Amino acid sequence: MTGKPRKIAVAMSGGVDSSVTAALLSEQGEDVFGLMLRLWSAGPAHLNRCCTPADVARAREIASQFGIPFFVLDAKEQFKNVVVDPFIIGYAQGFTPNPCISCNRSIRFGFLLEHALAMGATHLATGHYARLRSLDTQVQLLRGVDPMKDQSYVLSVLNQQQLQHALFPLGELTKSEVREIAARNQLSSADRPDSQDLCFLGEQDYRSFLVGHGAGGLQEGRITDPDGHDLGQHAGLARYTIGQRKGIGISGSEPLYVLEKRTSMNTLVVGTREQLGRSDFSLVNLNWVQGYPPAPHQPLHVQVRYKAREIACNLSAGDGSRTTVHLQQPLPDITPGQQAVFYSNEQCLGGGMIEL
Amino acid sequence: MVHVRIQLMAHEYAYFDHSATTPVDERVLAAMLPYFSDRFGNPSSVHTQGQAGDTGLSSARNLTARILRCDPNQITFTSGASESNNLALVGTAFARREETGVNVLISSPVEHPSVLNTLKWLESAHGFQVQNSPVDIYGRVIVEDLEPMLTDKVALVSVIYANNEVGTINPVGLISKLCNERGIPLHTDATQAPACLPVDLQFLPVDMLTLGAHKFYGPKGVGVLVHPDPSPFKRLLHGGRQESGLRPGTENVALIVGLAKALELSVQLREETSHKTTTQRDRIIQAVLEGIDGVRLTGHPHERMPHHASFVFENLESNTLLTALDLEGFACSAGSACKVGNPQPSAILLAMGYEESWALGSLRVSLGRETQDEAVDRFCGILPAVVERLRSANPVGNS
Repeated sequence: MTGKPRKIAVAMSGGVDSSVTAALLSEQGEDVFGLMLRLWSAGPAHLNRCCTPADVARAREIASQFGIPFFVLDAKEQFKNVVVDPFIIGYAQGFTPNPCISCNRSIRFGFLLEHALAMGATHLATGHYARLRSLDTQVQLLRGVDPMKDQSYVLSVLNQQQLQHALFPLGELTKSEVREIAARNQLSSADRPDSQDLCFLGEQDYRSFLVGHGAGGLQEGRITDPDGHDLGQHAGLARYTIGQRKGIGISGSEPLYVLEKRTSMNTLVVGTREQLGRSDFSLVNLNWVQGYPPAPHQPLHVQVRYKAREIACNLSAGDGSRTTVHLQQPLPDITPGQQAVFYSNEQCLGGGMIEL
Repeated sequence: MVHVRIQLMAHEYAYFDHSATTPVDERVLAAMLPYFSDRFGNPSSVHTQGQAGDTGLSSARNLTARILRCDPNQITFTSGASESNNLALVGTAFARREETGVNVLISSPVEHPSVLNTLKWLESAHGFQVQNSPVDIYGRVIVEDLEPMLTDKVALVSVIYANNEVGTINPVGLISKLCNERGIPLHTDATQAPACLPVDLQFLPVDMLTLGAHKFYGPKGVGVLVHPDPSPFKRLLHGGRQESGLRPGTENVALIVGLAKALELSVQLREETSHKTTTQRDRIIQAVLEGIDGVRLTGHPHERMPHHASFVFENLESNTLLTALDLEGFACSAGSACKVGNPQPSAILLAMGYEESWALGSLRVSLGRETQDEAVDRFCGILPAVVERLRSANPVGNS
């Protein structure tokens, strides 16, 4: 490295990705310190899988291995307010929220970034698989080079102010390269499996979590076809997701899929695979990473879930602040509450929440 | 483990947290080492090796008694100040109630948790009645308010000598006079004091006095309780006859020797150290009060420990400040346990009358023998900028 070391806060979790992030920056001679968030959990029986006491101990050990200061920030209350509560309320309103989106927007690149800067850091580095490219005064967000691990989707909610301070050292690496670096450095997290599911659920699935937290959307109701013909009884709308086939509990002459959740009537609408697809949907809370929308005729692709494949689309202004997305081919699983994220080749342009 | 880089900080690092703990003086370490090897014997053993241990133990007891100006039989060595406080309070409370039926325990709201929580337990689990003497804005017990509380129902009084969080020195001499007149046993937790204040029983005529070695350049894990002889305590631990049966179990000779040596050095170096740290402390207080807006000195301006400066900052969160200072190379403390992000105000500051918006932003700077003037200068230079940066930090404004 040339020049004066930068003061960089690394968001650490005890996991392999953030540990390698800290290792790489530290090896490059940067002035690194570690920050770890203590997040809300549903109680001692369901520890938050981002920050169990064992994770904190592991992160602390890794920090001391690299001789870097390490601090734990308590964000339980903020996390409960901006991530968990909207998750519970969202389900009651018929949405399928993606809490990782609000966490990255308001906790990691809100609460944590603010603390990092206040502590004297110029940058916050995370173990996300995404790349940043500076162009003039702008910072562009690009997909990570490992297509299996790319996490630009959950970072699509960030703005220029946040990205100016962000570093994603793993974006140029594949997961197997990261595991090699961890093994080479004898990082104790080298053989830990990747985390799955939502951190604050602990070991329970989201349905029992919702039941345990008195969420709405759990009252039994009617199942109908699109024309309103009664087909049976559902166990609570929050238990179903758009496109779901298994577990509906009724059978037809051909496989039936969840088409729609009508929360006002507490009705689950099901239909055939042909009836499932849709080509148009609308978005709210739209964020453009550059601060402005793409040029009108720029070819766009959209991804409607974290792991979905991208589909060509174009945009038009909808009612009020809404934007309407027109897909070139219909998709079966467009789900209110999920994030639709736009790409132009490798570049992540931003996205918004699907509202149909 | 391979690849361990022990390099705590890239730049100079100054330790300003001597009220939390102190480094072991090298002379103390040298005095202790033989008792881990050549003189490892159990003081209860008959043979020469055992006698070596016993000699170390009784020399340490005699030295400690000489410095504290009391009889060696009044000294009980414990595992630290918390244990000493427990033994003093629980032992006295039960014994006094058994003898005379009194059950009121008087203390102050500015005590260490090892006093506060022991009293709470005596109240909730054993039916004692705990009363708190009011304190003034400096955290000092108001003697005029305490006096009428000293009725014939009182089993004991416990008042901290110098407060760990705000540094204020309590008028223990006055309180002891009132208690003596009424025959009420007085305990003082003097843990913070030996490095900077006189602690002997002629100067502080109390019935019981608590010390912990690691606050005065001795090892962690060893303390003293000074008490009347014969001790009036109800036994808490049961076993052998060590420490007159008050603290059964083989004595930790090496640590006890270390405590005595550390106490001896503290008395020898006290005047010189206090003189030096008073100058450094006052420089910090002046720099903070003149260079920063929205800050107050907590604790008494003069009746405070000479190495101790403490502040509250408006609109600032303690642990964020401590973390930022740590990254700048200064180990400081808030003097109370709070969490970054979800801070809880210090109960002591609230008891002293501070509003929550101030009580959340406490800072304690406690200097020591090895504190250099250059470090104090660097601290005074950097603190205003750090506070300014933290106060204005809300970079993305969306949380």
